[in-house]
Amino acid sequence: MSAIISISNLSKTYKPTKKGGAGFQALKNVSLDISKGEILALLGPNGAGKTTLISIVCGIVNPSEGTVTADGHDIVKDYRAARSLIGLVPQELTTDAFETVWNTVSFSRGLFGYPPKPAHIEKVLKDLSLWDKKDNKIMTLSGGMKRRVMIAKALSHEPQILFLDEPTAGVDVALRRDMWNVVRRLRDSGVTIILTTHYIEEAQEMADRIGVINKGELVLVEQKAVLMKKLGKKQLSLELAEPLKKLPKELKGLDLSDSGLILTYTFDANAERTGIATLLKQLGDLGIAYKDLHTSQSSLEDIFVSLVKAA
Amino acid sequence: MIANFHAVKAIYRFEMSRTFRTLFQSIVSPVLSTSLYFIVFGSAIGSRMTQVDGVPYGAYIVPGLIMMSVLQQSISNASFGIYFPKFSGTIYEMLSAPVSYGEIVLGYVGAAATKSLSLGLITLITAFFFVPLQILHPLWMLLFLVLTAWTFSLFGFIIGVWADGFEKLQIIPLLIITPLTFLGGSFYSIHMLPPFWRDISLFNPVVYLISGFRWAFYGASDVSIGVSLGMTLAFLAACTATVAWIFKTGYRLKN
Repeated sequence: MSAIISISNLSKTYKPTKKGGAGFQALKNVSLDISKGEILALLGPNGAGKTTLISIVCGIVNPSEGTVTADGHDIVKDYRAARSLIGLVPQELTTDAFETVWNTVSFSRGLFGYPPKPAHIEKVLKDLSLWDKKDNKIMTLSGGMKRRVMIAKALSHEPQILFLDEPTAGVDVALRRDMWNVVRRLRDSGVTIILTTHYIEEAQEMADRIGVINKGELVLVEQKAVLMKKLGKKQLSLELAEPLKKLPKELKGLDLSDSGLILTYTFDANAERTGIATLLKQLGDLGIAYKDLHTSQSSLEDIFVSLVKAA
Repeated sequence: MIANFHAVKAIYRFEMSRTFRTLFQSIVSPVLSTSLYFIVFGSAIGSRMTQVDGVPYGAYIVPGLIMMSVLQQSISNASFGIYFPKFSGTIYEMLSAPVSYGEIVLGYVGAAATKSLSLGLITLITAFFFVPLQILHPLWMLLFLVLTAWTFSLFGFIIGVWADGFEKLQIIPLLIITPLTFLGGSFYSIHMLPPFWRDISLFNPVVYLISGFRWAFYGASDVSIGVSLGMTLAFLAACTATVAWIFKTGYRLKN
């Protein structure tokens, strides 16, 4: 599929807060192509550069180096064409407290250069269960409702590309499920979605592709399916009755840990023959007794933590 | 060039609706303060004063009072208009929208100028109830009013971008604009001053605004009308250049 967003060699160094000090480099030479119609999840710890990346693409922060194009339009030189395709839901709940929901969402549509289209605004508000609040002032809404208003604003101009910067931070489970449904519906209608999140569960649930950012660098971008296959390894841990001094040569490939008390076997859970039966028989033959056994699967979280630690 | 007309309209309407939400205090407070000036300076003190430039004192101060309210309202409306989204964070939407800087300015400054212009006219109408007024050059009067409203709304926009706290929003109007308007001949002709102070006054840009505006009413002025217009346009050019620089560099708006 063709790339709808193309980021190449993007760097950002913020101006130093003190004179003569070194500026903070928030992004280091990031290149990334985002395909039309996909959901890309950007994972990374706080301060990794996720928001900076999004802010540059949306025009809120100036890039220091590198270029970004949205559907072929350079975001700096051809900003009108680029930005009118993009909707942004920022992380912070920043709303016009004194305005009504209807007015603020209609305002966004105008700001993005589109003539009024009440039917569309009505649809967006209904999809987000905001319709009965349309005449309420935003300051009277709960946090979760304000989050919906932010999303409604971003959808008011029917964007082709939607950025969701931590859309479910501080949102209860019911609303999170609601939002996932909204995101899926949007994807089905052909909208490209880029979301950042702390919740690995969310990335696992929603994304087609997963990128990991750490300390301003894009450490990994992978199709979720490929990533999950890589992660499809399972481990069988056996708690031994008696510690083993060393690993018998028949058990080559296994790991011995915890002063010889834990024996670990790693296998591919998707394989036809996992080798567990053979192993257990072998242990019996060797006269190695075990008290307990359990299996575990490495999750996206494990790989994420190990990636971030390694960097 | 305005390519995104819908955006200009959206910003303008948004700003105007802020005005209409607070319609009562927006109109009542300037009308009340103008009336107080007329009662104090026009009736109580003015009745004991001689005419200035052949105009009764109560009527003489009307152009100055209108200018004063236009200056203050322009600055406070425009500065608050852009400062508040910066403060609340909603500015993100403006920055991410397909709007040019010229369009942003047109929306915000246009709305602020509209509001201060309306208030100037309301002040003028209020004045008709208190003093005998004549307007010799109504078109010039409107021109000066519009120019001043636009220029000082631009100036207020600059303050709003520059301010990084509510107190800074107040400091320029309070410490600079108020003294300049009071010393700029709102309540007197600078010819009444000793020569030294009269020369000092010529450094005060507000003198030129008020003088030109008063000339449109009574045909008498402190400085020539050409100089007044020139200085007003120069101030407009300076503000426009500053706003252009702000947007070029992203000063206090964009990292």
